[in-house]
Amino acid sequence: MEKLINEFSNHIHVSNLAEAAVLEVENLKTYFFVKQGVVKAVDDFSFSLKSGDKLAIVGESGCGKSMTALSVLRLVPNPPGRIVSGSIKLDGKDLLQMSESEMRNIRGNRISMIFQEPMTSLNPVLSIAQQIGEALILHQKLSDKDAFDRSVELLKLVKIPEPLRRAREYPHQLSGGMRQRVMTAMALACNPQVLLADEPTTALDVTIQAQILDLIMELQDRLGTAVVLITHDLGVVAETSERVIVMYGGKKVEEANVNDIFAMPLHPYTQGLLAAVPKLTTLSGKESYSKRLQEIPGIVPALVNLPDACTFAPRCAFATDICRHEYPPYTNISSSHKVACWHVAKVC
Amino acid sequence: MAIYLLRRIFLLFVTILGVSIIIFALMRVVPGNIADVLFESSGYIDQVQKAKIEAELGLDKPLIQQYLSWLGHLLTGDFGFSYMSERPAIDEILPRLPVTFKLAALTLFFTIIFGIPLGVWSAVKQNGLVDNALRVVTLSALSLPSFWCGLLVLMFSVHVFGVIPIYSNEPRSIFHELFLLSIPALVVGFRSSALIVRLTRSSMLEVLRQDYIRTARAKGVSESTIHYRHALKNAILPIITLLGIEASHLMGGLVVIETVFNIPGLGRYLVEAIRWRDYPIVQNIVLFSACAVVMTNFIVDMLYAVIDPRIKYVD
Repeated sequence: MEKLINEFSNHIHVSNLAEAAVLEVENLKTYFFVKQGVVKAVDDFSFSLKSGDKLAIVGESGCGKSMTALSVLRLVPNPPGRIVSGSIKLDGKDLLQMSESEMRNIRGNRISMIFQEPMTSLNPVLSIAQQIGEALILHQKLSDKDAFDRSVELLKLVKIPEPLRRAREYPHQLSGGMRQRVMTAMALACNPQVLLADEPTTALDVTIQAQILDLIMELQDRLGTAVVLITHDLGVVAETSERVIVMYGGKKVEEANVNDIFAMPLHPYTQGLLAAVPKLTTLSGKESYSKRLQEIPGIVPALVNLPDACTFAPRCAFATDICRHEYPPYTNISSSHKVACWHVAKVC
Repeated sequence: MAIYLLRRIFLLFVTILGVSIIIFALMRVVPGNIADVLFESSGYIDQVQKAKIEAELGLDKPLIQQYLSWLGHLLTGDFGFSYMSERPAIDEILPRLPVTFKLAALTLFFTIIFGIPLGVWSAVKQNGLVDNALRVVTLSALSLPSFWCGLLVLMFSVHVFGVIPIYSNEPRSIFHELFLLSIPALVVGFRSSALIVRLTRSSMLEVLRQDYIRTARAKGVSESTIHYRHALKNAILPIITLLGIEASHLMGGLVVIETVFNIPGLGRYLVEAIRWRDYPIVQNIVLFSACAVVMTNFIVDMLYAVIDPRIKYVD
């Protein structure tokens, strides 16, 4: 009976998915309390995801991208880190109010994550099938035998040749690209509603990068999973995402559709990022030397004890007094495009 | 693999042969022989009698010949005669083996069941109350000599219960024997489990920092599964090495603790035999211990390959 109700409610829930947000993160604050003070790794961060959405979070290393993803799974290392306030709602239920065991039911089951380092993210002493099957045994109550068979199917799904042989092998017998495929299979094992991919291709060769991204996107289309792709690579964003959030110093500085970000970047930081992408025309020397490749002057600020100001101000050409004293509110340019900058008018 | 095993077994014999030479030489370096010891008590040495005893035991022959004759007899399964009791050495050593073996097994058992879980607990609660308390306990366990702890336990027992729980020649039952042996086993295990706690803790801390632990958490795996299935399996190699060393050490006999608890094991008997320069007994017991050490080493190496798929022994 209970099973029937569950199936029924799942049904309703699928039909509602088109409109309702699957994952809604509001005013998330994840702080680290260290000796030198408070590090605001994620500060007042909000976003929402609908089923099948493709969202990219872009930013330099250390801007809080990975911490956002870890916060959603409530895996922020504690101490020193802690989610201070905000809400993370999955189908309307706040994950931050859940008990640890309820949370374990979410992880790997309804929200899963692919990590950056395929070389070190797999357990060296457990076989591939054991590692993929673990989530299936845990969440779907499969028997060991069924979990193994399903693991082989998943390996086939992520296009690993000879899946039956690979299932019995150990991580050290696999190449980096194959390990990331295994990670993907692991993350998709229980058909999660949300997939957090934290720089899934950064550690891989360029040729393999494209393969893995294609794989993730193809599987997403097939399974209807919402994907949050965390990356610093704007090329990846252009190819794979529909919506982009630009993050700087733990804060969301701009959010827009992918076309708008490339066509009309509004935040000075976004503009800087785009200018720092090498283009074929500049590389071939058709433009003058000064235009060849721009960099953003200065460095990413240490996030310890930041004043309540625009975090980008020290590196910004447009910065004025108000930028150094108060964080700008979000300006809605259109229904899908918002930016946090005091000088939007001046900048564009 | 087969060739590797054959080579290992061949090397095993070479090692034991080397050990036999060393024991033999060391015993001959110690001044005096059984004849000297016998006459010492009477205060004077009758040279004629002494020569007669030496001739009877073959001690007058060249050392090389003595060594080869010992080895030759060993190969035919003849362990020689004890000088002290004049009974076959094998009959003196064999009855003492089970006692030593039981004591060693019990000690190892306590070392593992206390050492590993407490070490894991300590690592998981790093710098917490449990960890700090365990640090104090383990450090004191490591600095207190076992025989002293043993004496304290005996005195405590006499004072409080009015009985002294030392080994008697005829334990009433196997359980009574295990009970009597478990007290010294706990005393020795206290110290060696402290060692294991420290090692498990540091090894686990190393592993718990790894990325794959985070991956396991992201799958929704429970903490205890993470600690024992994901982390401990990676952290256990150095622990097994140390347990192997402890095991072979225990099989060599615990001389002092056997004396304190009146246990008729190999260790106490060995000391007695050394005092009497009872060459056949000493040589055979030490050779036996050497075999135990070499065998445990071999087993530990094989266990590595079983536990860690990255370790493969190739030809």
